[in-house]
Amino acid sequence: MVRRVAVTGIGVVSAIGLDRESFWASLREGRCGIRPMQSVPPGELRFSNAAEIPEFDSSRYFDLKEAGFLDPFAQYGVVAGREAVADSGLEWKQGLGENAAIVTGSALGGKSTEDEGYRQYYALKSTRFNPLTIPRAMANAVASRLSQELGITGPAYTMATACSSSNHAIGHAFWMVRNGAADVAIAGGSEAVFSVGILHAWEAMRVVATDTCRPFSKERKGLILGDGGAMLVLEPLEAAKARGARIYAEIVGFGMSADAHHITQPLSEGGARAMRAALRDGELAPEQVQYINAHGTGTPANDSTETTAIRSVFGAHADKLAVTSTKSMHGHTLGAAGAIEAAATILAMVNGFVPPTANYCTPDPACDLDVVPNSGRPAQIECAISNSFAFGGLNAVLAFRVL
Amino acid sequence: MSDELSQRVIKVIADTQHLPVEKITIDSSFQDLNIDSLDGMQILFALENEFDVNIPDEAAREIRGVREMVDGVRKLVEAKQTGSPASA
Repeated sequence: MVRRVAVTGIGVVSAIGLDRESFWASLREGRCGIRPMQSVPPGELRFSNAAEIPEFDSSRYFDLKEAGFLDPFAQYGVVAGREAVADSGLEWKQGLGENAAIVTGSALGGKSTEDEGYRQYYALKSTRFNPLTIPRAMANAVASRLSQELGITGPAYTMATACSSSNHAIGHAFWMVRNGAADVAIAGGSEAVFSVGILHAWEAMRVVATDTCRPFSKERKGLILGDGGAMLVLEPLEAAKARGARIYAEIVGFGMSADAHHITQPLSEGGARAMRAALRDGELAPEQVQYINAHGTGTPANDSTETTAIRSVFGAHADKLAVTSTKSMHGHTLGAAGAIEAAATILAMVNGFVPPTANYCTPDPACDLDVVPNSGRPAQIECAISNSFAFGGLNAVLAFRVL
Repeated sequence: MSDELSQRVIKVIADTQHLPVEKITIDSSFQDLNIDSLDGMQILFALENEFDVNIPDEAAREIRGVREMVDGVRKLVEAKQTGSPASA
């Protein structure tokens, strides 16, 4: 059984919008969500700007008891999942829950919950840990919670491949719906990075920018960390049409690869192989693609390597592509990045508008693509891909087509 | 029995479960209060902090209601005061 797979629901929680509509409005305007960090006192870290979500008010979505069970990363994922499901208009009748799947991504799991436990032990010398530490910290918290809320009893699991986590999650969910293993899937990812222990670990990597995120610019200094979550609802195209659902786009291809090279230095051929695999899986010719939502972290190494990879895959057509990094606005949300950027890619296609690469200054000859600097523009996009390349050299690319 | 210790235990249960304190009496069972095993763990954690005692797993497993919880905590607090080993 091979079925076409439609995206019929989108939910987003991000620094540039707490729901799908406001997220898209910000992307369209090129509004940057990177601001002075609030969760950590100034001077604590070498970097001070971040794409946090101080506007996220847990009590809008969860009562106090529920919130106690859910780390912020899980709350973002659950809220995005609820929005996606409501958006899809799906009703969980006729045993649909048994044939539904949930695949989520998270690089870190509930790190702030763990961090608090360790603070109790190492700093306060207390051996009394919050008994909810384990359920809050487990990376599969979102998959578990959504399965309970929605009565989904089919396959439910979580992928942890650092910054590719949610592209791997969406890709696997896509394949399950395509091959008949699931009749509907909720897929995406979420991340919450703002607790001081894990932030110091990021600081030590020396990859976080001290100013802002300037993907593909000559002045780029690194990534900017962000919080957030996004979820998609996937279902067979024919089933979506039959129930009169609004269809955003099709997912047509998924490609994966490993660099087998270096823990942090990306290899252009690794990313290129994942892009080729996604195009092959979707039976797309490179010339059919008009837009790439780049991994585009804003680190010196990623953006030039990704440019080389794109040129290798697309050849002369690379000069006709719009290639933007929306991380310049919503930050690098790690395990949520693929999902948030899948949402950005689909909304760009549906709205016929390419969101820009924000904070752009001077062109870098090593990143000589059309990165749509600072202002978005209308564009007809038939096909697009979204790249995620993780530390550890694990790459995952999704390909989309509008109907 | 509404001495200070039992009131403190009830207050801890109310706070951790986000219940109004008036809903909880010394005779309430956990079933009455819709408190499951995971909720129970949170209450034990909060009680350990409140009274600075360590509640052993075996004792914790037997507790089904507020009165048993108050009695258990009382024993532990008294044991701590007299310096004898806890045997709740």
